Amino acid sequence: MIKKSFVHPYIPNSVPEVKMEMLEEIGARDADELYAEMIPERLRLRRAMDLPEPLPSEHELKRHVEGILSRNMTCSEYLNFRGAGCWQHYVPSVCDEIAGRSEFLTAYAGGAYSDLGRFQAFFEFQSLMGELVGMEVSGLPTYDWGSSAGNAIRMASRISGRGEVIVPRIISPERLSIIENYCQPKAMPDHIDFNYVDYDPETGKLDLEDLKGKISRKTAGVYFENPSYIGVIEENGREISEIAHDSGAESIVGVDPISLGVLAPPAEYGADIVCGEIQPLGIHMHCGGGLGGFIASRDEERYVGEYPLRLISVTDTERSGEYGFGQCRFERTSYIGRDQAKDWVGTATALWAVVAAVYLSLMGPEGMREVGEVIIQKSQYAAKRLSEIEGVEIPFSGFFKEFLVNFDDAGKKVSEINRALLDHKIFGGKDLTGEFPELGSSALYCVTEVRAREDIEKLAAAVEEVLR
Amino acid sequence: MSGAEALRRYHAPVWDEPIIMEMGREGERGIIVPRVEEEIRRAVGEAESHIPAKMRRKNPPKIPELSQPQVLRHYLRLSQQTLGMEFDIDIGVGTCTMKYSPKVNEELAGKIAEIHPLQDEDTIQGILEIVYRFGHVFLKEISGMDEFSFQPGGGSAAAHNNACMIRKYHEVNGELKQRNEIITTIFSHPCDAACPATAGFKLVTLYPDEETGLPSTEALKAAVSENTAGLFITNPEDTGIFNPEIDEWTKIVHEAGGLCSYDQANANAILGITRAREAGFDMCFFNLHKTFSSPHGSSGPACGAVCVTEELASFLPVPVVVYDGERYRLDYDRPHSIGRVRGFLGNVQVVLRSYAWAMSMGAEGLREVAEVSMINNNYLEKKLLEVPGVTKPYGTERRVDQIRYSLEKLKRETGLGIEDVNRRVVDFGIQSFFTSHHPWIVPEPFTPEPCETYSKADIDYWAQVLHHVCEEAYSNPEILKTAPHNSTVSRINSEPLDDPERWAMTWRAYLRKRRGVRI
Repeated sequence: MIKKSFVHPYIPNSVPEVKMEMLEEIGARDADELYAEMIPERLRLRRAMDLPEPLPSEHELKRHVEGILSRNMTCSEYLNFRGAGCWQHYVPSVCDEIAGRSEFLTAYAGGAYSDLGRFQAFFEFQSLMGELVGMEVSGLPTYDWGSSAGNAIRMASRISGRGEVIVPRIISPERLSIIENYCQPKAMPDHIDFNYVDYDPETGKLDLEDLKGKISRKTAGVYFENPSYIGVIEENGREISEIAHDSGAESIVGVDPISLGVLAPPAEYGADIVCGEIQPLGIHMHCGGGLGGFIASRDEERYVGEYPLRLISVTDTERSGEYGFGQCRFERTSYIGRDQAKDWVGTATALWAVVAAVYLSLMGPEGMREVGEVIIQKSQYAAKRLSEIEGVEIPFSGFFKEFLVNFDDAGKKVSEINRALLDHKIFGGKDLTGEFPELGSSALYCVTEVRAREDIEKLAAAVEEVLR
Repeated sequence: MSGAEALRRYHAPVWDEPIIMEMGREGERGIIVPRVEEEIRRAVGEAESHIPAKMRRKNPPKIPELSQPQVLRHYLRLSQQTLGMEFDIDIGVGTCTMKYSPKVNEELAGKIAEIHPLQDEDTIQGILEIVYRFGHVFLKEISGMDEFSFQPGGGSAAAHNNACMIRKYHEVNGELKQRNEIITTIFSHPCDAACPATAGFKLVTLYPDEETGLPSTEALKAAVSENTAGLFITNPEDTGIFNPEIDEWTKIVHEAGGLCSYDQANANAILGITRAREAGFDMCFFNLHKTFSSPHGSSGPACGAVCVTEELASFLPVPVVVYDGERYRLDYDRPHSIGRVRGFLGNVQVVLRSYAWAMSMGAEGLREVAEVSMINNNYLEKKLLEVPGVTKPYGTERRVDQIRYSLEKLKRETGLGIEDVNRRVVDFGIQSFFTSHHPWIVPEPFTPEPCETYSKADIDYWAQVLHHVCEEAYSNPEILKTAPHNSTVSRINSEPLDDPERWAMTWRAYLRKRRGVRI
């Protein structure tokens, strides 16, 4: 018997007659008969699932979902000054166009004979990132900055055969937590110990004396960020790398690549492994779904051999002058090595690699320089305007894109201020209260190229009003 | 094959597109950056004055300079040279559930593009509701589990998350030093071995019985001990075989003191049929980019949705989206939480698409997805076992969502195997097949998965292409040996890929090694 028909537009063979034809060919009466041969009765769900009435009509579905989503406010309607790991930058329309191309959007695991374009786009992403950071090797992206730092630190540990990493004490607690999960607890065999290096309370930069005191022959790597979690430009990159190298440790630098049109490429100040976040490169925030990490290094076997990621290499083909692509040393990866592999790799954020490649190609060296300059000028201006408000202080001056705003003398908590700013349709800086007690009542403000002077004036006026 | 459609003429686009790094001309611009207003410039001066001299970039990055139409054209051409799922009958990429991603869901996902993840909870109630409902309405019923996390950005990331939770569980119980072994099976996805290994566990891998294709329950009994931390297993396994004693397996592991993590990457044909709860699992994960229709994105962004029992809810990564009857909140109060496995809330745009897809299906539709996928698989089997050179290893007759076939016979009889077939099928506009993860326990493997997206005519056509190619292997082997013929690219030289002197992951490495140019 054909059961009640439920012909769904996404399921061609839900047409009862088609299903019957197929069952006939299989030699079965119905699906139940086949399932009974596969899955024992005691494990079968013998009832219909209890789920809401479906909305197979596309219009009704859209109406329903849009109804729920209408309860969101977005950074298009509100003025956003929040960053802290996910940032509002301008996304060129061409980036959206390519991100939405169904060839890239719906491809997955095909080979280079069917998907050459995808392989080439990945290679271009690696090449462009290589130029930005000054390295000859990069791979497909990871999940986010945190996972790329976790991978990079484990690479350093395997390369050096050492089990300790030095990280800055001022670091995103979220990111640190992700890294900690990569580094295993003490009871585990490949546990990596954390040693925290302090910062100079005057400048926010790493305290080099503290670093010298903490580094030892046990240190696998020194991980630091540029700009730091609180936006400070780490000018002593070279000194930090040298201190690391003097102890035989790797210098691991986490960067925000949108700064690299104006800030020195990490390779130039001694980085051995570079990692960071690609979301600023033409990828929308997607409520945090726009993140993607990257790793880059010098082109030496001891680094290449330790990457967990897929590394796309260019090669040649039977036809003279034609480019081919393939996976470099694929046996490193967990797809082949399983538990003997270099950590693990999986479906991560490849579409964002394509988008980042488009972004960097659009921007070019001039665009990258300009966007870096514009971000510095606008964020400096915002800091200046805020610092003019009574009770507001900007503790550290040499920053890129993000800066600490201290409200200790303002008589209001950051949470209160942010709540009040919402009435002005402003998302104030991330509340850092509690993350680092010595920073007091502080917020991390983010100003990118998308903020006009008018927006900054509006912020300053609103903060002034809220504190009045 | 009677009633067969004539094989289509196909040729992939060939654009001979240069690498973007060698394109463009000095001075061209692809986009203009927002300007800095004069007042700002006057107030703060030049940007350079705010960068410490030691940290200024001295030489601009050697990235290309191109106008906008040229950038767009280049990437459009590269997209044309990529055979996305929507262009072909993508049955060959099994274990990946290459199903249709409804276009309307892309439109809906776009509505959260400009949301910052740290916005106040009151301003993201909509997306929090979607995340909550997808877990507590859909996945709760589909898996039978109690609480959920969408932080992991893919299936392997979810396996990593579960390994971290199991690690934390034994740590809290003071048994981590002793419980250092995870048991898995060779036909479970490699992440079920690699992720626990990265988390610090030793792996015990069970191999299949020659007859059934599954490891025996006796083998599991012999593997458990006071060192057992847990079990990571895919079911149905990548062979399409459902382990009918799976509840016995979880009991054995529990009795030994371990926890059980169910890899539900292959869940498409068991939705509403059988659940992690009744199989006795403590936790499981679904790949939303596979079973729940979010597009694969050339390999992400994706989501490995983690489902756990009440007992393990305190170990979930934070924050967890909760509902107090009035509003949705981010709950950080999880005493044993493993902390974080990814920034913010995960790929919530993926969850949003999956929610919309599941809402369009409902209970009956989801069950229809399962049944049709299973019927499609059994129907394709009938077709494929008529193809010369194709065999179906292992005696277990009925397979669920997919089957791992072998071309060993073809290889023995013609000298041509899966790699040759894979190069040839692309000549017909068919995506090259997923073979198998390593090691190849099944020789010359391929693993088609004809999920509910494909019509009977699609399945017939796909089988017909394989039939044609395998016949060619006997009648005209040369055409396989020299394939592909209609692809974007000719035969690729793979030797440099593993050679440090010749591999090149970047253009600058390529210039140095292959053209003797140093940047």
